[in-house]
Amino acid sequence: MQKIVVIDYGMSNLHSVCSALAHAAKGQAEVIISQDSAEIASADRVVFPGQGAAADCMQALNKLNLASVIRKAASEKPFLGICMGMQVLLEQSEENDGTSCLGLYEGSVKSFRRHVDPQEKIKVPHMGWNAIQQKQEHPLWSGIPQDSYFYFVHSYFVQPTDSKYAIGRTDYGLEFASVIASDNVFAMQCHPEKSASNGLRLLTNFIQWHGA
Amino acid sequence: MPLAKRIIPCLDVDAGRVVKGVQFVDIRDAGDPVEVAKRYDREGADEITFLDITASSDQRETMAHVVEQVASEVFIPLTVGGGIRSIQDIRNLLNAGADKVGINTAAVRDPNFVREAAERVGSQCIVVSIDAKKVSLDSEVNRWEIFTHGGRNATGIDAIQWAQQMCDYGAGELLLTSMDRDGTKQGFDLELTRTISDAVSVPVIASGGVGCLEHLSAGVIDGHADAVLAASIFHFGEYSIDQAKAHMLSQGITMRG
Repeated sequence: MQKIVVIDYGMSNLHSVCSALAHAAKGQAEVIISQDSAEIASADRVVFPGQGAAADCMQALNKLNLASVIRKAASEKPFLGICMGMQVLLEQSEENDGTSCLGLYEGSVKSFRRHVDPQEKIKVPHMGWNAIQQKQEHPLWSGIPQDSYFYFVHSYFVQPTDSKYAIGRTDYGLEFASVIASDNVFAMQCHPEKSASNGLRLLTNFIQWHGA
Repeated sequence: MPLAKRIIPCLDVDAGRVVKGVQFVDIRDAGDPVEVAKRYDREGADEITFLDITASSDQRETMAHVVEQVASEVFIPLTVGGGIRSIQDIRNLLNAGADKVGINTAAVRDPNFVREAAERVGSQCIVVSIDAKKVSLDSEVNRWEIFTHGGRNATGIDAIQWAQQMCDYGAGELLLTSMDRDGTKQGFDLELTRTISDAVSVPVIASGGVGCLEHLSAGVIDGHADAVLAASIFHFGEYSIDQAKAHMLSQGITMRG
Protein backbone atom coordinates (compact mmCIF):
# COMPACT_ATOMS: atom_id res chain seq x y z
CA MET A 1 0.00 0.00 0.00
CA GLN A 2 1.30 3.45 -0.79
CA LYS A 3 2.31 5.74 2.02
CA ILE A 4 1.30 9.39 2.26
CA VAL A 5 3.16 11.41 4.84
CA VAL A 6 1.60 14.60 6.19
CA ILE A 7 4.42 16.76 7.51
CA ASP A 8 3.87 17.79 11.12
CA TYR A 9 5.87 20.76 12.31
CA GLY A 10 3.43 21.85 14.99
CA MET A 11 1.85 24.56 12.86
CA SER A 12 -1.54 23.24 12.02
CA ASN A 13 -4.44 21.13 12.92
CA LEU A 14 -3.74 17.96 11.01
CA HIS A 15 -6.88 16.09 11.91
CA SER A 16 -8.92 17.45 9.02
CA VAL A 17 -6.18 17.02 6.43
CA CYS A 18 -5.62 13.41 7.48
CA SER A 19 -9.33 12.58 7.66
CA ALA A 20 -9.93 14.02 4.22
CA LEU A 21 -6.93 12.17 2.75
CA ALA A 22 -8.05 8.92 4.35
CA HIS A 23 -11.57 9.49 3.03
CA ALA A 24 -10.25 10.21 -0.47
CA ALA A 25 -7.88 7.22 -0.39
CA LYS A 26 -10.71 4.78 0.34
CA GLY A 27 -8.34 2.32 1.99
CA GLN A 28 -5.84 2.45 -0.89
CA ALA A 29 -3.24 4.45 1.02
CA GLU A 30 -1.81 4.73 4.47
CA VAL A 31 -1.83 8.27 5.86
CA ILE A 32 0.94 9.02 8.37
CA ILE A 33 1.65 12.19 10.33
CA SER A 34 5.36 12.69 10.81
CA GLN A 35 8.21 15.10 11.32
CA ASP A 36 10.83 12.41 10.95
CA SER A 37 13.09 12.94 7.94
CA ALA A 38 13.51 9.21 7.28
CA GLU A 39 9.76 8.72 7.30
CA ILE A 40 9.27 11.66 4.93
CA ALA A 41 12.05 10.34 2.67
CA SER A 42 10.36 6.94 2.45
CA ALA A 43 6.91 8.33 1.59
CA ASP A 44 5.33 7.79 -1.82
CA ARG A 45 3.84 11.25 -1.64
CA VAL A 46 4.00 14.15 0.75
CA VAL A 47 1.46 16.68 2.00
CA PHE A 48 2.79 19.91 3.46
CA PRO A 49 0.05 21.82 5.30
CA GLY A 50 0.42 24.86 7.52
CA GLN A 51 -1.36 27.62 9.35
CA GLY A 52 -0.38 30.62 11.36
CA ALA A 53 2.35 33.16 10.84
CA ALA A 54 5.20 32.78 8.32
CA ALA A 55 7.95 33.52 10.85
CA ASP A 56 6.62 30.88 13.27
CA CYS A 57 6.40 28.33 10.45
CA MET A 58 9.95 28.95 9.25
CA GLN A 59 11.24 28.88 12.82
CA ALA A 60 9.53 25.53 13.41
CA LEU A 61 10.86 24.08 10.13
CA ASN A 62 14.39 25.23 10.89
CA LYS A 63 14.26 23.96 14.45
CA LEU A 64 13.23 20.52 13.17
CA ASN A 65 15.80 20.65 10.35
CA LEU A 66 13.05 20.05 7.84
CA ALA A 67 13.95 22.63 5.17
CA SER A 68 16.27 20.38 3.19
CA VAL A 69 13.98 17.37 3.71
CA ILE A 70 11.10 19.32 2.21
CA ARG A 71 13.14 20.57 -0.75
CA LYS A 72 14.27 17.02 -1.46
CA ALA A 73 10.76 15.57 -1.17
CA ALA A 74 9.38 18.24 -3.51
CA SER A 75 11.97 17.38 -6.13
CA GLU A 76 11.45 13.62 -5.94
CA LYS A 77 7.80 12.79 -5.39
CA PRO A 78 4.26 14.14 -5.66
CA PHE A 79 4.11 17.02 -3.23
CA LEU A 80 0.99 18.92 -2.16
CA GLY A 81 1.40 22.25 -0.36
CA ILE A 82 -1.63 23.69 1.43
CA CYS A 83 -2.12 27.27 2.69
CA MET A 84 1.03 28.24 4.64
CA GLY A 85 2.58 25.09 3.16
CA MET A 86 2.28 26.89 -0.18
CA GLN A 87 3.40 30.32 0.96
CA VAL A 88 6.69 29.20 2.47
CA LEU A 89 7.69 27.64 -0.88
CA LEU A 90 8.38 31.17 -2.14
CA GLU A 91 11.58 33.09 -1.40
CA GLN A 92 10.22 35.49 1.14
CA SER A 93 7.10 36.81 2.81
CA GLU A 94 6.07 40.31 3.85
CA GLU A 95 4.59 38.81 7.00
CA ASN A 96 6.29 39.53 10.36
CA ASP A 97 8.29 42.44 8.87
CA GLY A 98 9.85 40.19 6.26
CA THR A 99 10.50 36.47 6.58
CA SER A 100 12.91 34.38 4.55
CA CYS A 101 11.22 31.26 3.24
CA LEU A 102 12.24 28.04 1.48
CA GLY A 103 12.73 29.52 -1.98
CA LEU A 104 11.52 26.67 -4.19
CA TYR A 105 9.91 29.36 -6.32
CA GLU A 106 11.25 32.81 -7.11
CA GLY A 107 8.87 35.42 -5.84
CA SER A 108 7.28 36.61 -2.65
CA VAL A 109 4.25 36.50 -0.39
CA LYS A 110 2.31 39.74 -0.13
CA SER A 111 -0.28 41.26 2.16
CA PHE A 112 -3.82 41.90 0.92
CA ARG A 113 -4.05 44.96 3.15
CA ARG A 114 -0.95 46.51 1.66
CA HIS A 115 -1.54 45.64 -1.98
CA VAL A 116 -5.27 45.86 -2.55
CA ASP A 117 -6.67 49.28 -3.38
CA PRO A 118 -8.53 50.58 -0.27
CA GLN A 119 -11.40 51.53 -2.58
CA GLU A 120 -12.10 47.81 -2.94
CA LYS A 121 -13.02 47.71 0.76
CA ILE A 122 -12.16 44.06 1.14
CA LYS A 123 -12.33 42.25 4.46
CA VAL A 124 -9.15 40.56 5.65
CA PRO A 125 -8.70 37.63 6.16
CA HIS A 126 -10.02 36.47 2.80
CA MET A 127 -12.33 33.94 4.43
CA GLY A 128 -14.87 31.77 2.69
CA TRP A 129 -15.59 30.12 -0.65
CA ASN A 130 -14.08 31.57 -3.77
CA ALA A 131 -13.65 30.35 -7.34
CA ILE A 132 -10.42 29.11 -8.89
CA GLN A 133 -9.91 29.79 -12.58
CA GLN A 134 -7.82 26.97 -14.00
CA LYS A 135 -5.20 28.66 -16.17
CA GLN A 136 -3.46 25.49 -17.31
CA GLU A 137 -4.38 21.85 -17.57
CA HIS A 138 -3.15 19.63 -14.79
CA PRO A 139 -3.94 16.05 -13.70
CA LEU A 140 -5.14 17.37 -10.32
CA TRP A 141 -7.95 19.30 -12.01
CA SER A 142 -9.44 16.08 -13.36
CA GLY A 143 -13.22 16.07 -12.84
CA ILE A 144 -13.20 19.56 -11.28
CA PRO A 145 -15.03 22.12 -13.42
CA GLN A 146 -13.55 25.48 -14.34
CA ASP A 147 -14.31 28.18 -11.70
CA SER A 148 -15.13 25.67 -8.97
CA TYR A 149 -15.38 26.99 -5.44
CA PHE A 150 -12.85 26.16 -2.73
CA TYR A 151 -12.56 27.28 0.89
CA PHE A 152 -9.97 29.97 1.64
CA VAL A 153 -8.75 31.60 4.82
CA HIS A 154 -5.64 33.77 4.57
CA SER A 155 -4.35 37.33 4.77
CA TYR A 156 -1.36 36.99 2.43
CA PHE A 157 -1.08 35.76 -1.16
CA VAL A 158 1.80 34.41 -3.25
CA GLN A 159 3.25 36.15 -6.27
CA PRO A 160 5.69 33.94 -8.18
CA THR A 161 8.07 35.95 -10.37
CA ASP A 162 7.34 33.70 -13.34
CA SER A 163 3.59 33.72 -13.88
CA LYS A 164 3.70 30.43 -15.76
CA TYR A 165 3.68 28.65 -12.40
CA ALA A 166 0.35 30.22 -11.45
CA ILE A 167 -1.90 27.51 -12.83
CA GLY A 168 -4.91 28.67 -10.80
CA ARG A 169 -6.05 32.20 -10.11
CA THR A 170 -8.63 33.75 -7.82
CA ASP A 171 -10.09 37.26 -7.52
CA TYR A 172 -10.13 39.06 -4.22
CA GLY A 173 -9.64 42.76 -4.68
CA LEU A 174 -6.95 41.72 -7.14
CA GLU A 175 -6.24 38.56 -9.09
CA PHE A 176 -3.78 36.38 -7.21
CA ALA A 177 -2.11 33.00 -7.76
CA SER A 178 -4.26 30.63 -5.75
CA VAL A 179 -2.51 27.55 -7.15
CA ILE A 180 1.10 27.15 -8.26
CA ALA A 181 2.54 24.02 -9.80
CA SER A 182 5.54 22.60 -11.62
CA ASP A 183 7.06 19.14 -11.90
CA ASN A 184 6.18 17.26 -8.68
CA VAL A 185 4.78 20.23 -6.81
CA PHE A 186 1.16 21.29 -6.64
CA ALA A 187 0.49 23.95 -4.04
CA MET A 188 -2.74 25.71 -3.23
CA GLN A 189 -3.75 28.59 -0.99
CA CYS A 190 -7.19 27.13 -0.26
CA HIS A 191 -7.99 24.14 1.92
CA PRO A 192 -8.97 21.06 -0.11
CA GLU A 193 -9.70 19.26 3.17
CA LYS A 194 -12.44 21.81 3.85
CA SER A 195 -13.73 22.23 0.31
CA ALA A 196 -16.45 19.56 0.25
CA SER A 197 -16.67 17.45 -2.91
CA ASN A 198 -14.29 19.56 -5.03
CA GLY A 199 -11.63 19.30 -2.35
CA LEU A 200 -12.07 15.55 -1.92
CA ARG A 201 -11.86 15.11 -5.70
CA LEU A 202 -8.61 17.05 -5.78
CA LEU A 203 -7.17 14.90 -2.99
CA THR A 204 -8.24 11.75 -4.84
CA ASN A 205 -6.49 13.08 -7.95
CA PHE A 206 -3.38 13.79 -5.90
CA ILE A 207 -3.36 10.26 -4.52
CA GLN A 208 -3.51 8.89 -8.07
CA TRP A 209 -0.99 11.33 -9.54
CA HIS A 210 2.52 10.13 -10.32
CA GLY A 211 4.13 13.53 -10.55
CA ALA A 212 6.53 14.69 -13.20
CA MET B 1 -16.50 36.17 -9.65
CA PRO B 2 -16.26 37.52 -6.09
CA LEU B 3 -16.04 35.74 -2.77
CA ALA B 4 -19.31 33.92 -2.09
CA LYS B 5 -21.49 34.86 0.85
CA ARG B 6 -21.95 32.02 3.28
CA ILE B 7 -25.00 30.30 4.73
CA ILE B 8 -24.28 28.73 8.11
CA PRO B 9 -26.70 26.47 9.97
CA CYS B 10 -26.17 26.51 13.72
CA LEU B 11 -26.71 23.47 15.94
CA ASP B 12 -27.15 23.60 19.69
CA VAL B 13 -25.41 20.67 21.33
CA ASP B 14 -26.06 19.57 24.91
CA ALA B 15 -23.88 16.80 26.33
CA GLY B 16 -23.05 15.57 22.84
CA ARG B 17 -26.59 15.60 21.46
CA VAL B 18 -28.24 18.04 19.08
CA VAL B 19 -31.12 19.70 20.87
CA LYS B 20 -33.81 22.31 20.22
CA GLY B 21 -36.03 20.42 17.90
CA VAL B 22 -34.08 19.41 14.88
CA GLN B 23 -36.80 17.66 12.91
CA PHE B 24 -35.88 15.73 9.82
CA VAL B 25 -37.91 12.83 8.61
CA ASP B 26 -35.11 11.42 6.49
CA ILE B 27 -32.45 10.87 9.11
CA ARG B 28 -32.52 8.12 11.67
CA ASP B 29 -31.32 10.01 14.68
CA ALA B 30 -31.99 13.75 14.67
CA GLY B 31 -30.02 14.09 17.88
CA ASP B 32 -26.82 12.74 16.34
CA PRO B 33 -24.54 15.67 15.44
CA VAL B 34 -22.80 13.62 12.74
CA GLU B 35 -26.06 12.72 10.98
CA VAL B 36 -27.36 16.27 11.13
CA ALA B 37 -24.05 17.77 9.97
CA LYS B 38 -23.87 15.32 7.08
CA ARG B 39 -27.32 16.30 5.99
CA TYR B 40 -26.46 20.01 6.01
CA ASP B 41 -23.27 19.27 4.11
CA ARG B 42 -25.24 17.39 1.43
CA GLU B 43 -27.62 20.33 1.10
CA GLY B 44 -24.70 22.66 0.46
CA ALA B 45 -24.14 24.41 3.80
CA ASP B 46 -21.01 26.54 3.52
CA GLU B 47 -19.98 25.97 7.11
CA ILE B 48 -21.52 24.54 10.27
CA THR B 49 -21.51 26.15 13.71
CA PHE B 50 -21.96 24.14 16.89
CA LEU B 51 -23.01 25.93 20.02
CA ASP B 52 -22.14 23.90 23.10
CA ILE B 53 -24.85 24.58 25.66
CA THR B 54 -23.71 21.83 28.04
CA ALA B 55 -24.12 23.21 31.52
CA SER B 56 -21.89 20.90 33.51
CA SER B 57 -18.16 21.36 33.17
CA ASP B 58 -17.43 17.65 33.61
CA GLN B 59 -18.91 17.08 30.15
CA ARG B 60 -16.68 19.62 28.48
CA GLU B 61 -14.68 16.87 26.78
CA THR B 62 -17.84 15.67 25.06
CA MET B 63 -17.84 18.53 22.57
CA ALA B 64 -14.31 17.77 21.39
CA HIS B 65 -15.41 14.21 20.83
CA VAL B 66 -18.41 15.37 18.79
CA VAL B 67 -16.19 17.60 16.67
CA GLU B 68 -13.78 14.75 16.06
CA GLN B 69 -16.56 12.51 14.79
CA VAL B 70 -18.08 15.19 12.59
CA ALA B 71 -14.71 16.28 11.20
CA SER B 72 -13.97 12.71 10.15
CA GLU B 73 -16.96 12.67 7.84
CA VAL B 74 -17.86 16.23 6.95
CA PHE B 75 -15.32 18.24 4.96
CA ILE B 76 -16.46 21.82 5.30
CA PRO B 77 -15.41 24.39 7.92
CA LEU B 78 -16.62 23.77 11.48
CA THR B 79 -16.92 26.39 14.19
CA VAL B 80 -17.51 25.62 17.85
CA GLY B 81 -18.65 28.11 20.48
CA GLY B 82 -19.91 27.95 24.02
CA GLY B 83 -18.06 27.77 27.30
CA ILE B 84 -14.56 28.33 25.94
CA ARG B 85 -12.45 29.73 28.75
CA SER B 86 -8.83 28.77 28.21
CA ILE B 87 -6.19 28.34 25.54
CA GLN B 88 -6.32 24.64 26.36
CA ASP B 89 -10.08 24.56 25.58
CA ILE B 90 -9.28 26.13 22.21
CA ARG B 91 -6.44 23.74 21.45
CA ASN B 92 -8.58 20.72 22.35
CA LEU B 93 -11.27 21.77 19.89
CA LEU B 94 -8.86 22.68 17.08
CA ASN B 95 -6.97 19.42 17.53
CA ALA B 96 -10.27 17.57 17.33
CA GLY B 97 -10.90 19.10 13.89
CA ALA B 98 -12.64 22.43 14.52
CA ASP B 99 -11.48 25.21 12.21
CA LYS B 100 -12.61 28.10 14.35
CA VAL B 101 -13.75 28.68 17.89
CA GLY B 102 -16.24 31.27 19.09
CA ILE B 103 -15.33 33.23 22.21
CA ASN B 104 -17.98 35.23 24.00
CA THR B 105 -18.16 35.57 27.78
CA ALA B 106 -14.46 34.90 28.28
CA ALA B 107 -13.68 37.85 26.00
CA VAL B 108 -15.96 40.18 27.96
CA ARG B 109 -14.42 39.01 31.22
CA ASP B 110 -10.88 39.48 29.93
CA PRO B 111 -10.37 41.06 26.49
CA ASN B 112 -6.70 40.07 26.59
CA PHE B 113 -7.80 36.45 26.31
CA VAL B 114 -8.67 37.16 22.67
CA ARG B 115 -5.27 38.70 22.07
CA GLU B 116 -3.50 35.75 23.63
CA ALA B 117 -5.65 33.24 21.74
CA ALA B 118 -5.02 34.96 18.40
CA GLU B 119 -1.28 35.00 19.08
CA ARG B 120 -1.21 31.35 20.01
CA VAL B 121 -3.44 29.79 17.35
CA GLY B 122 -3.80 32.53 14.72
CA SER B 123 -6.55 35.05 14.08
CA GLN B 124 -8.10 32.85 11.43
CA CYS B 125 -9.25 30.45 14.17
CA ILE B 126 -10.71 33.09 16.48
CA VAL B 127 -14.32 34.19 16.11
CA VAL B 128 -15.54 36.64 18.70
CA SER B 129 -19.26 36.22 19.40
CA ILE B 130 -20.98 39.47 20.21
CA ASP B 131 -24.43 39.53 21.77
CA ALA B 132 -25.78 43.05 21.37
CA LYS B 133 -28.98 44.73 22.43
CA LYS B 134 -30.30 48.13 21.52
CA VAL B 135 -30.24 50.46 24.52
CA SER B 136 -31.15 53.76 22.85
CA LEU B 137 -34.69 55.06 22.61
CA ASP B 138 -36.30 55.34 19.19
CA SER B 139 -35.89 59.11 19.34
CA GLU B 140 -32.17 58.84 20.04
CA VAL B 141 -29.15 57.98 17.93
CA ASN B 142 -28.79 54.18 17.75
CA ARG B 143 -26.72 52.66 20.51
CA TRP B 144 -26.18 48.99 21.19
CA GLU B 145 -24.62 47.41 24.24
CA ILE B 146 -22.95 44.08 24.86
CA PHE B 147 -24.95 41.63 26.96
CA THR B 148 -23.90 38.30 28.42
CA HIS B 149 -25.77 35.28 29.78
CA GLY B 150 -28.23 35.05 26.94
CA GLY B 151 -29.06 38.74 27.01
CA ARG B 152 -29.74 38.98 30.75
CA ASN B 153 -26.62 40.76 31.94
CA ALA B 154 -25.80 44.24 30.68
CA THR B 155 -22.11 45.11 30.56
CA GLY B 156 -22.26 48.81 29.70
CA ILE B 157 -19.87 48.16 26.80
CA ASP B 158 -20.72 49.89 23.52
CA ALA B 159 -21.13 47.29 20.78
CA ILE B 160 -19.35 49.19 18.01
CA GLN B 161 -16.34 50.04 20.15
CA TRP B 162 -16.24 46.47 21.39
CA ALA B 163 -16.32 45.06 17.84
CA GLN B 164 -13.43 47.31 16.83
CA GLN B 165 -11.47 46.48 19.94
CA MET B 166 -11.89 42.75 19.35
CA CYS B 167 -10.59 43.14 15.80
CA ASP B 168 -7.60 45.10 17.08
CA TYR B 169 -6.96 42.29 19.54
CA GLY B 170 -6.88 39.72 16.76
CA ALA B 171 -10.40 38.41 16.13
CA GLY B 172 -10.50 36.97 12.61
CA GLU B 173 -14.26 37.13 12.36
CA LEU B 174 -17.25 38.39 14.34
CA LEU B 175 -20.46 36.47 15.00
CA LEU B 176 -22.97 39.19 15.72
CA THR B 177 -26.25 38.27 17.40
CA SER B 178 -29.03 40.73 18.07
CA MET B 179 -30.50 39.80 21.44
CA ASP B 180 -33.57 41.86 20.54
CA ARG B 181 -34.24 39.64 17.55
CA ASP B 182 -32.92 36.25 18.62
CA GLY B 183 -35.79 33.76 18.57
CA THR B 184 -38.33 36.29 17.27
CA LYS B 185 -38.34 35.28 13.57
CA GLN B 186 -38.60 38.98 12.71
CA GLY B 187 -35.31 39.15 10.84
CA PHE B 188 -31.84 40.43 11.70
CA ASP B 189 -31.35 43.83 13.30
CA LEU B 190 -30.12 45.21 9.99
CA GLU B 191 -29.00 48.57 11.35
CA LEU B 192 -26.86 46.86 13.95
CA THR B 193 -25.42 44.44 11.40
CA ARG B 194 -24.62 47.14 8.87
CA THR B 195 -23.14 49.48 11.47
CA ILE B 196 -20.79 46.83 12.83
CA SER B 197 -19.92 45.32 9.45
CA ASP B 198 -18.99 48.75 8.05
CA ALA B 199 -16.99 49.59 11.18
CA VAL B 200 -14.63 46.59 11.05
CA SER B 201 -12.30 45.07 8.49
CA VAL B 202 -12.95 41.40 9.30
CA PRO B 203 -15.88 39.29 8.07
CA VAL B 204 -19.13 39.58 10.03
CA ILE B 205 -21.68 36.78 10.43
CA ALA B 206 -25.21 38.04 11.05
CA SER B 207 -27.31 36.08 13.54
CA GLY B 208 -30.54 36.31 15.47
CA GLY B 209 -34.08 36.49 14.19
CA VAL B 210 -34.22 34.68 10.86
CA GLY B 211 -37.76 33.58 10.11
CA CYS B 212 -37.81 33.40 6.31
CA LEU B 213 -35.49 33.41 3.30
CA GLU B 214 -35.94 37.14 2.67
CA HIS B 215 -34.32 37.77 6.04
CA LEU B 216 -31.18 35.95 4.90
CA SER B 217 -30.77 38.03 1.75
CA ALA B 218 -31.56 41.24 3.63
CA GLY B 219 -28.72 40.42 6.04
CA VAL B 220 -26.28 40.50 3.13
CA ILE B 221 -27.79 43.27 1.00
CA ASP B 222 -28.96 45.70 3.69
CA GLY B 223 -26.91 44.44 6.64
CA HIS B 224 -23.63 44.13 4.66
CA ALA B 225 -22.99 40.77 6.35
CA ASP B 226 -20.40 38.40 4.89
CA ALA B 227 -22.28 35.35 6.13
CA VAL B 228 -25.67 34.60 7.62
CA LEU B 229 -26.40 32.14 10.41
CA ALA B 230 -29.74 30.56 11.20
CA ALA B 231 -31.01 27.66 13.23
CA SER B 232 -34.72 27.00 13.44
CA ILE B 233 -35.73 27.68 9.83
CA PHE B 234 -33.40 24.91 8.73
CA HIS B 235 -33.92 22.49 11.62
CA PHE B 236 -37.67 22.32 11.30
CA GLY B 237 -37.39 21.63 7.61
CA GLU B 238 -39.23 24.86 6.78
CA TYR B 239 -36.52 25.60 4.25
CA SER B 240 -33.57 23.64 2.98
CA ILE B 241 -30.13 25.15 2.47
CA ASP B 242 -30.66 24.60 -1.27
CA GLN B 243 -33.76 26.76 -1.19
CA ALA B 244 -31.94 29.42 0.78
CA LYS B 245 -29.12 29.45 -1.78
CA ALA B 246 -31.54 29.63 -4.70
CA HIS B 247 -33.23 32.59 -3.05
CA MET B 248 -29.92 34.36 -2.41
CA LEU B 249 -28.89 33.82 -6.04
CA SER B 250 -32.22 35.23 -7.23
CA GLN B 251 -31.37 38.39 -5.26
CA GLY B 252 -28.05 38.72 -7.06
CA ILE B 253 -25.93 37.42 -4.17
CA THR B 254 -22.90 35.29 -5.05
CA MET B 255 -23.19 31.76 -3.71
CA ARG B 256 -20.87 28.78 -3.91
CA GLY B 257 -21.95 26.74 -6.94
